[in-house]
Amino acid sequence: MGNRQEILLTGAGGQGLILAAIIMAAAAVNDNKNVVQTQSYGPEARGGASMAGVIIDVDTIEYPKVTKPTVLLCMNQVSFNKYLPKVEPNCVIIADSTFVSGTYSDDYNVQLFPITKSAREIIKKEVVANMLALGVINAATNLVDRQIFKESIFQMAPKGSGELNQEAFDLGYKLFGEGAGQRINLSAESNK
Amino acid sequence: MPESKPVLMQGNEACAVGAINAGVRFYAGYPITPSTEVAEQMAAKLPDLGGVFIQMEDEIASMAAVIGASIGGMRTLTATSGPGFSLKQENLGFAIMAEIPCVIVNVQRMGPSTGVPTAPAQGDVMQARWGTHGDHPIIVFAPSSVYESYYLTIAAVNLSQKLRQPIIVLLDEVIGHMREKVTIPEGKLMVERSSDKTVPADYKPYDEKGITPLVPFGFGHYYHVTGLFHDQYGFPTGDPPQVERALDRIHEKLEKYRDEIVLTNYIGHKEPRVAIVTYGCTVRSARAVVKKAYWQNRMPVGLLSLQTVWPFPAKEVEELAKQADVIIVPEMNMGQLVGEVERYAGSEAKVIPLNRYDGEMISPDQISEEVGRWL
Amino acid sequence: MEQLTQDFLRTKKLPHIWCPGCGNGIVTAALVRAIERTGFEQKDVVIVSGIGCSSRAAGYLNFNTLHTTHGRALAFATGLKMARPELKLFVIMGDGDCSAIGGNHFIHSARRNLDLNAIVVNNHIYGMTGGQHSPLTPTGKKATTAPRGTLEPAFDILELAKGAGATFGAKGTAAQPRQLEQLIQRAANHKGFSVVEALSTCPIAYGRRNKLGGAVDMLKEMKEKSISVERAAKVDESELEGKTLTGVLYSIDAPEYSEEYYKSIGKEIG
Repeated sequence: MGNRQEILLTGAGGQGLILAAIIMAAAAVNDNKNVVQTQSYGPEARGGASMAGVIIDVDTIEYPKVTKPTVLLCMNQVSFNKYLPKVEPNCVIIADSTFVSGTYSDDYNVQLFPITKSAREIIKKEVVANMLALGVINAATNLVDRQIFKESIFQMAPKGSGELNQEAFDLGYKLFGEGAGQRINLSAESNK
Repeated sequence: MPESKPVLMQGNEACAVGAINAGVRFYAGYPITPSTEVAEQMAAKLPDLGGVFIQMEDEIASMAAVIGASIGGMRTLTATSGPGFSLKQENLGFAIMAEIPCVIVNVQRMGPSTGVPTAPAQGDVMQARWGTHGDHPIIVFAPSSVYESYYLTIAAVNLSQKLRQPIIVLLDEVIGHMREKVTIPEGKLMVERSSDKTVPADYKPYDEKGITPLVPFGFGHYYHVTGLFHDQYGFPTGDPPQVERALDRIHEKLEKYRDEIVLTNYIGHKEPRVAIVTYGCTVRSARAVVKKAYWQNRMPVGLLSLQTVWPFPAKEVEELAKQADVIIVPEMNMGQLVGEVERYAGSEAKVIPLNRYDGEMISPDQISEEVGRWL
Repeated sequence: MEQLTQDFLRTKKLPHIWCPGCGNGIVTAALVRAIERTGFEQKDVVIVSGIGCSSRAAGYLNFNTLHTTHGRALAFATGLKMARPELKLFVIMGDGDCSAIGGNHFIHSARRNLDLNAIVVNNHIYGMTGGQHSPLTPTGKKATTAPRGTLEPAFDILELAKGAGATFGAKGTAAQPRQLEQLIQRAANHKGFSVVEALSTCPIAYGRRNKLGGAVDMLKEMKEKSISVERAAKVDESELEGKTLTGVLYSIDAPEYSEEYYKSIGKEIG
């Protein structure tokens, strides 16, 4: 069962995390993997904290909930503070430096990227920050074949926005290639 | 049968797609979490198929409209959750009494009352059995995956038509809302009713001899449909022998077709010392346990999963009890189906309830721990 | 008339369950004659009813008949009409059935303007359960559950329907069965949600308790107190004091729901 990957996407309602999880899950299906996607549902998803989980495995997936994340995305400070203490040190943690700052234990493998800031400033569309995050995650973990992931984004994105979302995904790869911010507190100047 | 490409699908969506593939062309409903996606799917899809989607003024009306449309000859579906299911109960009883086919999806959430509307639970097992008044037969399916949501809805639609009996598809929030990979087989999935055209001039919609097809209104057969006890033509009667006979008759049809109705699945050791009996999303946690304990470690453990919870699979549970010393019944409630397991297994095996009712799934670890205690 | 009885009444199911002096028989007869006048094919006619004395009429009429649950007749009828818009539906309800337990379905049926013909048989009382007050019991009238007279105001059921969107409203009485027959016929020919309020008599559970005399007295008073809209237009306003207006009170052209729905999905009706 060592193939089981548990991805937890966390942040605020409105950041498109559930859609991101659905697209990641669809991409995994297209890449011929087994996948289960769940989410926190209800009032929470309408303005408060938002959380979506994806489990990818070559085996059949029985228990559908994320319990031991192998990948954690934190798109705001609240989720970073909440979920960081809950993951194992070997979990890949990706945080959006646009919103996340502060210190944390060196035991954690935290990688910071200006996800929302880049979406806002480079693509000029903040709404595609979620696809940018998917690009960073997939660049860091190679969960799904990159080309299949891109095609899946095009299929699932709202009509007319396919290419823009693909561009954001590729920008995520680029950000990852440039390397993560070294310490959270160093990135604080981009925290608006 | 050619297999189509695998897709990512949600449990609630699978219910809607299954219903449509089984010929459902009428949906009436009222919005309620966590079942609303069924309605949204039907609203999106039915118009293109020439079908009818109508959002009614309340849950009661939705159930009534579904029965009305079914009398008009359409295959029908409605979906709800616990509080709405309570409101549907009176008209559900009507459909059972008048033998009008229809399928009701209940995506269970945490109760009682408004409870935790977005949290999963399996608290409606007894409501599904005894929610409507009087001694009535009932068929309830409980899917444990997106694919089961799909095919059990299809089975429900077809069986409902065949038996002229309402059928409940009892989902839970976990299965209703989760998305997973499914491969939907292509091909014909709608079992035709025995031909409406061969109906004799002296049509008896409630023939004592067995199930007659329901001839829809508008074809010149002037029978009566009522929730009152009725004779073979549907006309009210209070005559004690006729009343008793009529009640026996609607129960006997389920007994006669038991093998088509009662669906279960067993995995694990042939002679288990510890067995698990469960249904719905909890099957997934139990299966994870049995895979590890039996498939990997060859421990005498097994799992009987119930796709049909009502009528209760008594025979299967009795047989399991002859093998197992201990039967664990995990449920996301305070212990509902465990009483039935006790009834049929209690003299042969020790029956242990394992309950969780905090709005979270029972984890494989919880089940594993309980299994370990008895090995 | 004899031919009518043969075709449209289930004579084997008679005698009916109604008490002597009950207006339900008169209303049912007017309904049967009205259906005959419409020329609708028997196989297309559906009688849907709720629960209560008047709703038992469905069992005596030789059409497609659906006797539903208390208050829900219109909701069943909505499903059937949407599934089979070519059918002609008459929905018989009592005053309590329609306006209390079925009030929600009533206003929403009116709002949708689905082509259903609602016949509200208003005897101002729950008869089958022995005489409890309904939302159409006039203030001050006595009932087993209002032994000192009800304090509650009554609905004007036709105004309620109109406010909710009904496009045809008419009032008739059991004392004037020919007029009632015509009103039901006009309701049937109207496309959209039609309501015919048929004032009826319950001498046993209502008349006796309120000292209104026997059935004949009640019918007589009903007739004296009513005035047709046509006649009312010609007389002095002072003559209308204390009178009930009968006839077609409103008839409005508006889109009918099943037609609009089928048009929207590009499908022919029938």
